[in-house]
Amino acid sequence: MRYEKPTTVEAATALLAGQGARVLAGGTDLLVQMKARVLNPDVVVDIKGIEATREITKDASGYTIGAAVTGAELKEHPTLSKDWPGLVEAANLIGSTQVQGRASLGGNLCNGSPAADSVPGLIAAGAVATIVGPKGTRTLPVEDIMLAPRKLALTAGEFIVSFKIPARPKHGGDAYLRFIPRTEMDIAVVGCGVALALDDSGTCTAARVSLGAVAARPLLVEDAGKALVGTKVDDAALAKLEAAARAACKPIDDKRGTVEFRVDVAGTLTVRTAKIALERARKV
Amino acid sequence: MQERVKKPQFDVVGTRPIRPDGVDKVTGRAKYGADLKMAGQLVGKVLRSPHAHARIKSIDTSKAAAMPGVKAIVTAGDFPKQASEFVPAGEGVVNYRDISNNVIARDKVLYEGHAVAAVAALNEKTAIAALDAIKVEYEVLPHVIDEIEAIKPGAPILHDDMITIGMTPPPTKASNIAKRVEFNLGDTAKGFAEADLIVEREFKTKAVHQGYIEPHACLASSSEDGSAELWVTTQGHWVVRAYCAKLLNWDIGKIRVTSSEIGGGFGGKTVVYLEPLALLLSKKSRRPVKMVMSREEVFKASGPTSGGTVKVKMGVKKDGRITAAEGEITLQAGAFQGSPVQPACMCAFANYDLENVKVTGYDVVSNRPKVAAYRAPGGPISTYGVESVVDEIAEKLGMCPIELRLKNAAKEGTRAAYGPKFGPVGLVECLEAAKDSDHWKAPLGPNQGRGVAAGFWFNIGGETTVSLQLNEDGTLTLMAGTPDIGGLRASLCMMAAEELKVDVSKIRPIIADTSSLGYNFLTGGSRSTFSSGMATVEAARSIVKQACGRAAKLWDIPEEAVTFEDGMIRPAGENAGKHKPMHLSDIAKVAGKTGGAIVGYAAISAQGAAPSFGVHIADTEVDPGTGKVTVTRYTAIQDAGKAIHPAYVEGQYQGGAVQGIGWALNEEYIYGADGKLQNAGFLDYRIPVASDLPMIDTVIIEVPNPRHPYGVRGIGETPIVPPMAAIGASVRRSSGVRFFELPMSPPKVLKAMKAAGKA
Repeated sequence: MRYEKPTTVEAATALLAGQGARVLAGGTDLLVQMKARVLNPDVVVDIKGIEATREITKDASGYTIGAAVTGAELKEHPTLSKDWPGLVEAANLIGSTQVQGRASLGGNLCNGSPAADSVPGLIAAGAVATIVGPKGTRTLPVEDIMLAPRKLALTAGEFIVSFKIPARPKHGGDAYLRFIPRTEMDIAVVGCGVALALDDSGTCTAARVSLGAVAARPLLVEDAGKALVGTKVDDAALAKLEAAARAACKPIDDKRGTVEFRVDVAGTLTVRTAKIALERARKV
Repeated sequence: MQERVKKPQFDVVGTRPIRPDGVDKVTGRAKYGADLKMAGQLVGKVLRSPHAHARIKSIDTSKAAAMPGVKAIVTAGDFPKQASEFVPAGEGVVNYRDISNNVIARDKVLYEGHAVAAVAALNEKTAIAALDAIKVEYEVLPHVIDEIEAIKPGAPILHDDMITIGMTPPPTKASNIAKRVEFNLGDTAKGFAEADLIVEREFKTKAVHQGYIEPHACLASSSEDGSAELWVTTQGHWVVRAYCAKLLNWDIGKIRVTSSEIGGGFGGKTVVYLEPLALLLSKKSRRPVKMVMSREEVFKASGPTSGGTVKVKMGVKKDGRITAAEGEITLQAGAFQGSPVQPACMCAFANYDLENVKVTGYDVVSNRPKVAAYRAPGGPISTYGVESVVDEIAEKLGMCPIELRLKNAAKEGTRAAYGPKFGPVGLVECLEAAKDSDHWKAPLGPNQGRGVAAGFWFNIGGETTVSLQLNEDGTLTLMAGTPDIGGLRASLCMMAAEELKVDVSKIRPIIADTSSLGYNFLTGGSRSTFSSGMATVEAARSIVKQACGRAAKLWDIPEEAVTFEDGMIRPAGENAGKHKPMHLSDIAKVAGKTGGAIVGYAAISAQGAAPSFGVHIADTEVDPGTGKVTVTRYTAIQDAGKAIHPAYVEGQYQGGAVQGIGWALNEEYIYGADGKLQNAGFLDYRIPVASDLPMIDTVIIEVPNPRHPYGVRGIGETPIVPPMAAIGASVRRSSGVRFFELPMSPPKVLKAMKAAGKA
C-alpha cells in the first residue's frame, strides 16, 4: 500500500485514475474498512494537501465548503451554524467527538452509505458538488451522486473538491433529525433533512425534504416538498408531508429495523424535522 | 444519594478512601491483559469457523507452516484427548472434554467463530496471511440456533452422545437437551385450587454478552524445561492454571499464572479460550506468544449468557397472598452443555415465602458460542418472568406492587423452594425503603410510567488465601489472590486497617500470582470482598497475636499478659508490670531480633456466605411516534450486609442496573438464517452509553451477615437481577402495553403500541 498526499487537483486525479486507488479525507470510514479487511487499496490518496478541500468560503451566492472540512470545523465557522444549522448538526451527529474532528462531508457522502447523516442535510440545503477529474471540472447535485450502496456517479480519477451551498433565503430554515435506538454513537435507522423558505406572510415558497436509510440511496422526496409549498405549514400540510414521506420509502428489513418500522418513523421524523425548520425560518 | 448506613461504629470500614489502584488506572500506567511485552514475543492468531455447524474433514497447515515468519501452528491434534466426565469445580461442575473442544474444535465445528487452528508468527500481518493459507475442508451440516427449535423432533443434533440427564425413564436417543432439573415444595395443584386469580405467561429473552471493554488477552512463555509463565486478564488465575494444566497434560506446579488488571469480566473471564493455545504455541516456537482477541472474536467466540424461554404460572388470593407458583425454564447453553438453568430455577421464586412451588428447567445446546457466567447467571432471566407476573397480579388485584411483595416477601426462616431456610435477610427492609423513597412518591409526566421489581442472588464463599506482611518500617503489604474487579483491594486494606488500627494508606495491596500464594478460587459468585475479607481479617488478627508475642518476649511477661487496644500493644493490667505501650511499627522495627518477619497468613474455605436481596424502581418515558423507551429515573436499593467502601458498593448497584437496562431495551445476539451472528460489534450490539441513562440512584440497606466479621454480604450480582422486570413494569405503564419479550426495542414497542391503538 502506497500513501500519497498531492497538493494539486491535477496530481490527485492522475493518482486516482490508476488501479486500486482510494481517496483519504478524514479516514474515519476508509481506515476502519482497511483494518477490517473490507478494502485493500494499492494507493491511498490523501486530498487534504489540496487547499480547496480544506476551506470554507462565503460570498453573496452562498458557501463553498471543501470536501475534507470536518464536522467540528463546520461547527466553529462564525456564520454557517446560523445560516444552515441543520446541515451543521447533521455533520456533528457522525460518530463521537473524536470522529467529528476528522470526518468530512465529502467522505460521509463518498463512503456510499444510505444512512450517512450529513447527506440528507446537504440534499435538503440544495448542495451541489464540484467534481474534478481527468476531463476537467463538472458539478452535480448531491442527490445525484450516490446511486446505490457503495456505488457513486463518479468515474475513474474523479473526486469531489467542494460543495456549493446556496445563500440562505431571507426567511429560510433547515433541520436534520435521525432516529437511533441510543442517544449517540450510532447509525441512523431513519434520517431526515428539511429546508424550507417562507415569504413575509409566512407562506411556504420552497421546501426540500430528504430521507436517509429508507432506500438504497438518500432520497430527495419532491412530493414531500410540494406538500408544504403554498401552505402556512399547518396541520393539514404536515399530514400530507407525512404521507408523502412514507410513500417515498423503499427500505429493507435488517438488524437495525423492519420495513414497517422505518416507514412509520420516516413519517414521524419528517413532520418533527419540518416543524424545527419552520420554527427557524420564522425566526429570521 | 440516599444512604441508610447505621451510625459508623468503625474508624475505616464504611468510609470512602481513594482506591490504591486508582492513580495508575487513571494515568494509564496500570497494565491490562494486552499491555505486557516480552523480548522476542510472537503474535498469535486463531483461525475460526465460518460455519455454524460443520464436520471438519481435513486441515492442511503445510502451506502456512512453510511461510517465512511463521513459527508454530497448533490444531486439536496437538492437544491430548479428554474423557467426558464431570469434575467438581467451584460453583458447579466442568467437563474437560467440552472445555478442550471449545478451545479448539475436534472433528466438528459447532458455531460460527469456533477455533479451528492457531498460528504464531513474527508479526500480525504474517500471522493473518498464515491463517489465510490454512486449508480446512468442511462438510457443512444443518444448524439450529433457537432453543425451542433445538428441542423439536428432527432438529439437527450437535452431540451424538447427548442423552438427557434427569429424565425418568432415561431417553434412549440423543437430543439437544443436556439436562432436566426440578425443584419442588408443597403441592402446587392444591395451591392453585385455593387461588382466586391465576396468571400464566410465557416470556422470551435473548442471548446477551457481558460486554467487558477489555478483550481477552494473554502472553505465554513456555520454557524448554517444562515450566511456563502466563500473563492473562482473568477473574481467576488459579482456575486458568488448573484448566491449562489439564488441557495440556502439564504439571500444575510448573505453570505460573499472573493476573493482569482486568477491564471488566462480569463472569465472562472465568473460562479459558486463548490461554492453552498461547502456552502450546510458545512451547512449539520456543518464543513468548501474545494473543489478543478482536471485538468481533469476543462476540462470536467468548461466552455470552443464555437466551431463554420462561413459563410462569402463579395463583393468588384476593388479599394478595400467593398460594402457588410454577415455572418452566429452557435456557440456551451454546454449543456445549452447561447453561445456568439450575441457578435460574433456584432464583425464580426466591423473593417469596411460598408453600407450593414447582420449577423445572432444561439445559439446551444449539449452534451458538458456549455460554459463560454473566453476573448472577440465570437469575435475571427467570426473575424477569416471575417479577413480570407478580406485577400483572398487582395490576389485576388493584394492589400496590410493593405492598403485594411485602405481603409475600421472603424473610428470616423462609424455606426457599431450592432447599435452605434463610437466615437474616433484607428484602422487607429494601421494600420498605422503596415505599418510603422520594422516587416512589414523585409525580410522573406524560408518556411516563413507573415500575418496581425485586431480585435475589445466593453469593458464595470458598477457597481463599491471603498473606499480610508487617514490613520493617511498620507499613504492610497485603497479598490477595482474587482478581480485583470492583474495588477489592481498597476494601481488603480497609478491613486490615480497621483490625490493626493503622492508616489505610500504609497498607499496599497486590494480587499475587499462583506461585506466590496458596490456592484461590476465582472472583465470582460475589465472593471476593466476603471471602478475601474474611481471610484478611484472620491474617490481621494473626499479626496482632504475633506482635503481642514479641512484646511479651521483650517485656519478659507471659503472652496472655499482653493486650492490643486502640492500636497499641500494652501490658494487660497492673500485675503485668509497667511497660511503655508499643505501636505495631515499634514491634516491626525489632521483628528481626525477636523471631523474624511477622507475616499473617490465612488459607481458608470461607463459609457463611449470605444472600443479598434488592429492589429497583424504574421510570421510563415512551415516544409514541417511534417506540423509543428512555429511562428517566432509576433507583437501586439493596442489602449489602455491611458496605465496607460504600462508593464501590454503589458502583456495583449502578453497573448492574445499567447492564440490566441494556438487556431490557436494546441488547441481543441477532442471527441470520445462515446461523451467523449479524451484530458482532458495539455499533449494532447496543450497550447503553452514558448519555442514554439518568443518574442511577442507590440506597444501601445494611442487614449484617452474622457469619462475617464485618457483616459483609456479596453484592455484585444481585443488581442485574431486578432491572428487566422493573423496566418491563414501567414500560407497561408508559406505553399502555405489556411486553413478554426482550429486548423492548423501538420496532417491537412501536408495533405493539400501534396494534393496541396507543401510537
